[in-house]
Amino acid sequence: MKLFKFNGGVKPETNKDASTALPIATLPLPGRLTVPLHQSIGGTPRPLVRTGQRVLKGERIGAADGNVSAAIHAPTSGTIVALEPAVMPHPSGLSALCAIIAPDGEDAWAPVNPVDVRALSGGELRDYLRDAGVVGMGGAVFPSHLKLNPGRQGKVQTLVINGAECEPYITCDDMLMRERPDSIVRGTMLMAQVLGAERILVGIEDNKPEAIAAMEAASRGTPIRVLAVPTRYPAGGAKQLIRVLTGIEVPHGKRSTDFGVQCFNVGTACAVHEALDFGRPLISRIVTVAGNVSTPRNFEVLFGTPMAEVVRTALPRPDTNRYVMGGPMMGFPMPAYGVPVVKATNCILVASDHLFPPPPPEMPCIRCGECAKACPADLAPFELYWFARAHNYGKAQEYHLFDCIECGCCAYVCPSHIPLVDYYRYAKSEIWARERDKDAADQARTRFEFRNERQDREKREKAEKLAAKAAETKAKLAEEATGAPPADGDDPKKALIAAALERARQQKAAVEPKNTDDLPAAIQAEIGEIDARRQAAMPAEPPA
Amino acid sequence: MFSSPFVRKPTSVQSVMLTVLLALLPGIAAYVWHFGAGILVQIFIATAAALATEWGFLRLRGKPTALYLSDLSAVVTAWLIALTFPPLVPWWLIALASILAVGVVKHLYGGLGQNPFNPAMAAYCLMIVSYPALMSQWPAAGHLDFATQWDLIAGGVRDLDAITGATPLDALRTALREAASPSSPNHALNASTLMDGPAFGLAGGQGWEWVALGYLAGGLFLMHRGVITWHIPCAFLGALAAISLLMWGLRPDHFASPLFHIASGGSLLGAFFILTDPVSGATTPRGKLFFAGGAALMTLMIRDFGAYPDGVAFATLIMNLCVPLIDMKTQPAVFGHKQD
Repeated sequence: MKLFKFNGGVKPETNKDASTALPIATLPLPGRLTVPLHQSIGGTPRPLVRTGQRVLKGERIGAADGNVSAAIHAPTSGTIVALEPAVMPHPSGLSALCAIIAPDGEDAWAPVNPVDVRALSGGELRDYLRDAGVVGMGGAVFPSHLKLNPGRQGKVQTLVINGAECEPYITCDDMLMRERPDSIVRGTMLMAQVLGAERILVGIEDNKPEAIAAMEAASRGTPIRVLAVPTRYPAGGAKQLIRVLTGIEVPHGKRSTDFGVQCFNVGTACAVHEALDFGRPLISRIVTVAGNVSTPRNFEVLFGTPMAEVVRTALPRPDTNRYVMGGPMMGFPMPAYGVPVVKATNCILVASDHLFPPPPPEMPCIRCGECAKACPADLAPFELYWFARAHNYGKAQEYHLFDCIECGCCAYVCPSHIPLVDYYRYAKSEIWARERDKDAADQARTRFEFRNERQDREKREKAEKLAAKAAETKAKLAEEATGAPPADGDDPKKALIAAALERARQQKAAVEPKNTDDLPAAIQAEIGEIDARRQAAMPAEPPA
Repeated sequence: MFSSPFVRKPTSVQSVMLTVLLALLPGIAAYVWHFGAGILVQIFIATAAALATEWGFLRLRGKPTALYLSDLSAVVTAWLIALTFPPLVPWWLIALASILAVGVVKHLYGGLGQNPFNPAMAAYCLMIVSYPALMSQWPAAGHLDFATQWDLIAGGVRDLDAITGATPLDALRTALREAASPSSPNHALNASTLMDGPAFGLAGGQGWEWVALGYLAGGLFLMHRGVITWHIPCAFLGALAAISLLMWGLRPDHFASPLFHIASGGSLLGAFFILTDPVSGATTPRGKLFFAGGAALMTLMIRDFGAYPDGVAFATLIMNLCVPLIDMKTQPAVFGHKQD
């Protein structure tokens, strides 16, 4: 089959061999699991458990909040010892609500209920996957049920399965394809069925011959086509892989389904298979531990396991000074060693200053254009950099800042060592902040205008009412004047006002509530007594 | 704590500039071979003046001097000044040009990466306007020994007979003017006959054609190393050949052949080393074609109809002025927006 090309890209040292020498290992049960409730794009799941409650493996502990969310499950059986905020695996170091589970060591499964895909409607199936917590395993953790929607046309013509894994060091997808190709193929077929896809393409970078062979063997007799794509970072970006396999370019802000394509990671296919065929929700994933460790390796890790416990098994070197979640091109530095492994953790890259030295001093941009040559989104990164530096965000957006996928190719090739991606992240967050401010200001203005309008309306209505009443009174007076003139020549207006005042006084006394009204009778009586005493004590005192 | 990417290609401004300097070596070797070692003295003077100026301005501006001096960008400017100026101008002219290039054209505009004009070419234009006589004394190949050259550079008395007064481009211009006059014995002779003399050499002037070949070799090396793309050299030389072919075809008695235009003057140095300066040149692929094409047209206009013997320097400055507009109007389509 003819493959297409995307422009740009880079070829960093892949460093993948070290972690593929040994098979995927399972970790012993950790002493504590810190399971964040919010592990995917979308709403934070609502906790379904209380402190002290016993949970079984696979039991739902957090329910999806709305449709754009995914459920969370207990990775093993044990007791919920706390529901409290803990530091998240995110560079911000912010905390979020976690279920802290003390495993009981039995690892006892909750009852599972596998389903027959053919017996369920599309909506039921999507709800099932949402409640099984299935999200994109490539790192973006977008809830998969939302993507498994054939849409208005009723089907998505092409299903792309992403096994490219272009980031250096990361080998979790590679090992998954080598060891569990049948699960991936089964999950892929299920997804193809839901989407009504006719063409199923698996893209794998050609530096993984074992994975390609395993996937080819497993997909024999199915319509799946396994294709080796040239090794060039970021070939594993969804947009880049779709481009390479189908020739379609999905622009920023558009859905690939609008072009008849949907793309899932191989790990996601596996998770779909586990959820539908065995009723097992997503409670663990394959994590690569690589970098500054003696025995780089892949582990099947329960969510909530502290990263330090996983890394310890791979024997980190003594000069280790931080962990990075993800690969060296797009990964994020972790705020602590003890942060939990989550659904997005494809790799724990153990770093040291020796392995990843700080960049040389930043020099001015000389407009050499290397970044533009390397950009897989065909952007002009140095122009975006100038605009971001000048806070010229309008121009930055005009030059398609939001088409930047933050792959890091530009910063990788920059001879001036400019941290270009940081400038784009900064510019994007500034634009978002400004939009939020603008929205807030718009809302405030709308509210203010509405309030003014309401006040004007009330004033107007009051004036109209008064005018009507005055007219009515006048008419009445005129009637009275013509009917029976007052005997003692007293001002009829004064009498009317006095009467109205008396009415108002009575009304007020009758209606005005006291803050003591709701109290029980005994206390009411006591208050009465106190009031009486007070009145007796200072009768002449004027009110303050 | 720094952020991703944590790995980087082993590259730097210094390594880019060093590659450019290396690529100039074949041209310099041919220069020395045909015109003597005087050029090496000029390169040394220019480099020293440029580095001293760079150091002074970096101090004034409070920038780290070691970091910026070692980026070698001032050295590239200095070498280009030495190679584009007549090789026997007095030392102070080369020094002054280097000081102006680095101090005024580069640092007063903001230093590395900020200058809108090519520093070497701006200095060349300033000098040819200020010292037209000194700037048009070009030696013929190989008849001055090093002692005489040293003496001339040091400011010795300039015996104009010792220096052939014009470049082949200049000589051709003078000869054509003469041929146009009915009283001249050369009247009605066409350009190719006029260029038959030994000073014109095989293609672009005795000796100069070899220097040009050296630049070509260096330029191809830069392309091979990915420091420059094919766009600017190909568009410049292509447009130069096409336009001069047209003019030569129409009036062979008036205009020189495309080969002569490409091989003489600053054409090859300009195509590979001057117009390709990324700071002052166009950056988009399509923009580079317009930029270099425009420079070729301007060069020929100045050579054929202007008052100065070579037009590459002025053409470069004029096209430098157009770069913001060219870049803005030639931004390539972005991924996914190609049908927009």
